[in-house]
Amino acid sequence: MSATAAQPADAVTNPHAIEAVGVVKAFPGVLANDHVDFDVRPGEIHALLGENGAGKSTLMNVLAGMYRPDDGGVRVGGRDVEFRSPRDAIAAGIGMVHQHFALVPSQTVAENVLLGLDRPRFRLDLRRTETEVAALAAKLGLRVDPGARVWQLSVGEQQRVEIVKLLFHGARVLILDEPTAVLAPQEIAELFDTLRSMAEDGRSVVFISHKLGEVLTIADRITVMRAGRVTAAGIDPRGVTRADLARLMVGRPVLEALDRTQVEAGRVVLAIEGVSADNDRGVPALREAWLEVRAGEIVGIAAVAGNGQAELAQVITGMRMGTGRVLVDGRDVAARPSRVAIDAGVGHVPEDRAGVGSAPNLSLVDNLILRRFRRAPVARGPFLDKGAARSKARELQGAYAISAPTLDAPVRILSGGNLQRLILAREIDAAPRLLVAVQPTRGLDVGAIEGVHQLLLDLRAAGTAILLISEELEELLALADRILVMYEGRVTASFDTPRASDVEAIGLHMTGGEESADGAPSAPEAGTA
Amino acid sequence: MIDLTLILAAGVASGTILLFAAIGEIFAERAGVLNLGVEGMMLIGAVAGFSVAASAGDPWIGLLVAMLAGGLLSLVHAVITITFRADQVISGLALTFLGSGLARVLGDGLSNAGPIVTLPRATVPILSQVPFIGPVLFRDQSILTYVGFVLVPLAWYWIDRTRPGLHLRAVGERPAAADAQGIDVVAVRYAYVLVGGLLAGLAGAAITLAISPGWFGDQTVAGRGWIAIGLVIFAQWSPIRVAFGAYLFGAIFRFIIDIQGVPSILGVTNPFAAGRSATFFLEMLPYLFVVVVVILGSRQALRRRIGAPAALGIPYVRGERSA
Amino acid sequence: MNVRLEPRGEPPAWLSPALTIAAVVVALVIGAIVLALVGGDPIRAYLHIIDAAFGDIGVLSDTLVKATPLILTGLACALAFRMRLWNIGAEGQFLLGAWGASAVVLLPILPPGTPAIVVIPAMMLAGAAAGGVWGFIPGVLRARLGVNEIITTLMLNYVALAWIQFWVFGPWSEGGFQQTVAFPREAWLPRLTDLAEQFPLLAGLTTHLGLVFAVVAAAIMSIVVSRTRWGYEMRLIGDNARAARYAGIDTARYIVVVFVISGALAGLAGMSEVSGVVHRLQDRISPGYGFTAIIIAYLAGFGPWRVVLASILFGALILAGREIQPSGVPAMIQGVILFCLIVAGVFTRYRIRITRRVMAAT
Repeated sequence: MSATAAQPADAVTNPHAIEAVGVVKAFPGVLANDHVDFDVRPGEIHALLGENGAGKSTLMNVLAGMYRPDDGGVRVGGRDVEFRSPRDAIAAGIGMVHQHFALVPSQTVAENVLLGLDRPRFRLDLRRTETEVAALAAKLGLRVDPGARVWQLSVGEQQRVEIVKLLFHGARVLILDEPTAVLAPQEIAELFDTLRSMAEDGRSVVFISHKLGEVLTIADRITVMRAGRVTAAGIDPRGVTRADLARLMVGRPVLEALDRTQVEAGRVVLAIEGVSADNDRGVPALREAWLEVRAGEIVGIAAVAGNGQAELAQVITGMRMGTGRVLVDGRDVAARPSRVAIDAGVGHVPEDRAGVGSAPNLSLVDNLILRRFRRAPVARGPFLDKGAARSKARELQGAYAISAPTLDAPVRILSGGNLQRLILAREIDAAPRLLVAVQPTRGLDVGAIEGVHQLLLDLRAAGTAILLISEELEELLALADRILVMYEGRVTASFDTPRASDVEAIGLHMTGGEESADGAPSAPEAGTA
Repeated sequence: MIDLTLILAAGVASGTILLFAAIGEIFAERAGVLNLGVEGMMLIGAVAGFSVAASAGDPWIGLLVAMLAGGLLSLVHAVITITFRADQVISGLALTFLGSGLARVLGDGLSNAGPIVTLPRATVPILSQVPFIGPVLFRDQSILTYVGFVLVPLAWYWIDRTRPGLHLRAVGERPAAADAQGIDVVAVRYAYVLVGGLLAGLAGAAITLAISPGWFGDQTVAGRGWIAIGLVIFAQWSPIRVAFGAYLFGAIFRFIIDIQGVPSILGVTNPFAAGRSATFFLEMLPYLFVVVVVILGSRQALRRRIGAPAALGIPYVRGERSA
Repeated sequence: MNVRLEPRGEPPAWLSPALTIAAVVVALVIGAIVLALVGGDPIRAYLHIIDAAFGDIGVLSDTLVKATPLILTGLACALAFRMRLWNIGAEGQFLLGAWGASAVVLLPILPPGTPAIVVIPAMMLAGAAAGGVWGFIPGVLRARLGVNEIITTLMLNYVALAWIQFWVFGPWSEGGFQQTVAFPREAWLPRLTDLAEQFPLLAGLTTHLGLVFAVVAAAIMSIVVSRTRWGYEMRLIGDNARAARYAGIDTARYIVVVFVISGALAGLAGMSEVSGVVHRLQDRISPGYGFTAIIIAYLAGFGPWRVVLASILFGALILAGREIQPSGVPAMIQGVILFCLIVAGVFTRYRIRITRRVMAAT
């Protein structure tokens, strides 16, 4: 099927498994790749480092046949190739695990494996495929149930399915786009073992990341991109420091110097008492969770995706019905519409900025009054005061540096960072008693992340209680006064004034590793002062 | 008195019309494209089939032209919704307007075209002797009814057990995943919208060339295109379940016609006999029944939290990024 | 060949109206071609339309009579479509409204001889209520059970027609004909011609008070939509229902309320038609007003005042269409107009680049 994949001899005669030569790719308004050269040797793990929007994913999509370059080309084993579709790339032994997995949730693992193949011709023999997939997975030491439907699998399992899929397709070059973003520390270690064994097997791995520590741990060589260009090509990780890489990535020295004042935690603002809720599929996701957040305190929730943290935020903010008690300043807002939570002073920075936190085709003005249009001065009886709305919007745009052509522009044209600033501006300006922030920095570049972090700390200093749900452990360590670990819908551990040295222990709890954490409904808050 | 087997046999024939249209819609929707223009495509198929058959004197040519006409109309929807990514609901409605208007234009004067040669009927030798089932399913049915019998398992097999079916499901559920595996999402969607159009055209021709020949303007199809769409929801996008729904509705349609021919039931004057105004309550039945059936389908979807193809109604854009 | 759509950031303000007008023109040209193909005379037909729109005051009055139910049903659709609720049932709600208004006189709800000042408001109320009930059913099914409103509203159209037919052929039939007896004068909406004694110029003009209802409804909707919290909440639900929930809006209740108001508007159109024009109930009382309303709402971009304008245009089209043969042509042209509007909408949101597929140049 794929000649390239079958001949490791190529590896000897040619030093490069795959190369990008002078790749140019533009999207409306953005030059995503500006004459980019990139090469991967057989048997190496090559890290591609860069900020969000640096052009890493675009470059990899070109290598994987998703995008056609505007200029320049791709070489596989020294030969020029032209991929008309991902199928051509698969046939040439190139496989990519996308950040958002390319799996069909309603289909089984075996069906998903078959999707990219040219066989069988017509009739599916799923039983045979399942046997083959199981055999391959066993050989690689990856636990995968080929008959399971993808939506039933955890994120980590889905990632294993993606890897097995690529290997089943005969991939010699594996491209992984931000593979660690969704994993717990222990799962990351497991993934790294898998990647190393594949490299020893003679395959090449391209590892896309914006996390310096990981890159230095796993990579044989590092390429750094910034704003569509390569700023360092194939350097040896032994010769560089984190600071060097950060400078190459951002273009200026990065020192996250957060202005973190000492704040005395006040009285309890949020109390979650035995809250349970189902997820969208009707499966219990939150099982009797207990926790407290005090005024002037940031409580971080660490959990692997899908352990109930998203549902927790939704129940608190009235976006999901649940049982148990959610007390905000002593008032129960559980199982009430979100209007009740808003009136109780709950601010909410939702995970899905475009899908939940804003109305994409409405203007900046309309979006900035989204949660305050019932109150004066914007509301005057049943009428809306457009002048008041506009002047409020202008004030917020200035104060939070939201860059947009006009106040009447639809917010869908805003960049991710600007949209997030708009949402934060709106939620913070309402002077909330409690702010629930879910993944507030996901997908933002370094400068924007710093800004968001500072806003959260300022809000804390002003005495707001903050519940911060994040998949970035580093973020939680930098901001949180306490970190709670959630596993399978329960709060299973609590870390006061967390330090970097706690990462190991936190990770263990995130994967449910601690035996003692099982069983009894946990109320770790009960003891803490 | 009413002969139950005759009603059921006629119901199966009448249900075949709904079956073709609904299975066509299942194919389009499983690919992620909602096509509300079924009524229009059926009307076009009905009029094209009838007028060609009348002038050519051969119902088979009429059938072919009917399918092509339905297919052609569906391609308008495909261009608008797949290539231009416009709203599938409004485009489907426009297709209905266009189709029914065009059908009335083309059908002008056709109502007095006189009788045409219809598609042949057949009795299956051995199966027709089976008690009850034989006379209902296999005796003196139109050839298209038998095509319907074959189409149901074929559609199921195609969708659930073949490689093209695997691609179809992937495109309707998670087009980005299909695209990443090198499946041409646009081509797959065009193909199945076209299949939907061909089958809707066939459904229209099944009316005018086989099941109830003749051209009666809008009333030829009388909302059956919409009923077919309702059946798809009821059937939760399964060709097997849609067959049950289609034949059930076919029987209801027949029952409504047949009961009007009975002057009295068990000595009581039949309030629904032809010419009495209460027959209009009978005429409401199938439409009210669709509402009930769609409610059932929706309730089930809520409970099982599955149902419509996940990408139904959503245009696919590869890697669209905000600038 | 390769068709590529590039999203426009913020389209210039003139683009959308310009493309809308262009769409109508293109549709009329396509319509003319089809008309010529089936042996009609497109030039005469279109002159007729112009005459119907801008002819003498008598023709204009007739156009306004046709426009009246279109404005009300058009507003009904525009209101629902703003929230992305596909109320395709304006036709059935119109019929129910006509039935409800007739019931006041024929059931009768009010005894014969009741003065107009009581009968007319009672008919308006009954018509709006009957239409509202017909909107409530799909609304509550959609809001509480997630039942697809397109199917239910459409099916209820057929049920409404059969319901009307039952009454018109049965209990209310005038001597076995497919219509009821004529309403007494107290149940007639005042017309311009009724004032002919004072103002002789108005003699023969059939424009009736229903037009005032329609314009008032448009004015109220215009204010609600652009100046009130409800208008803002509707815009929010229409653009992103999840963001609306996030903003604390009870979307389910909104769906029901909007469906009821939408049905009531269409019901009022039915009342205005029986009371202002036909003065009796018949089964063929609507030539598809409720369906044309869909196109009007779309053409108007859901704007209330633009609904009034578009309705006058379509009123003229329907008036002229009566003379165009074969009878399906106006319906077909409506379909073409709708398609052209959809494409115009695409052009507003995207730049379309058609490129010959170029081999990657090296």
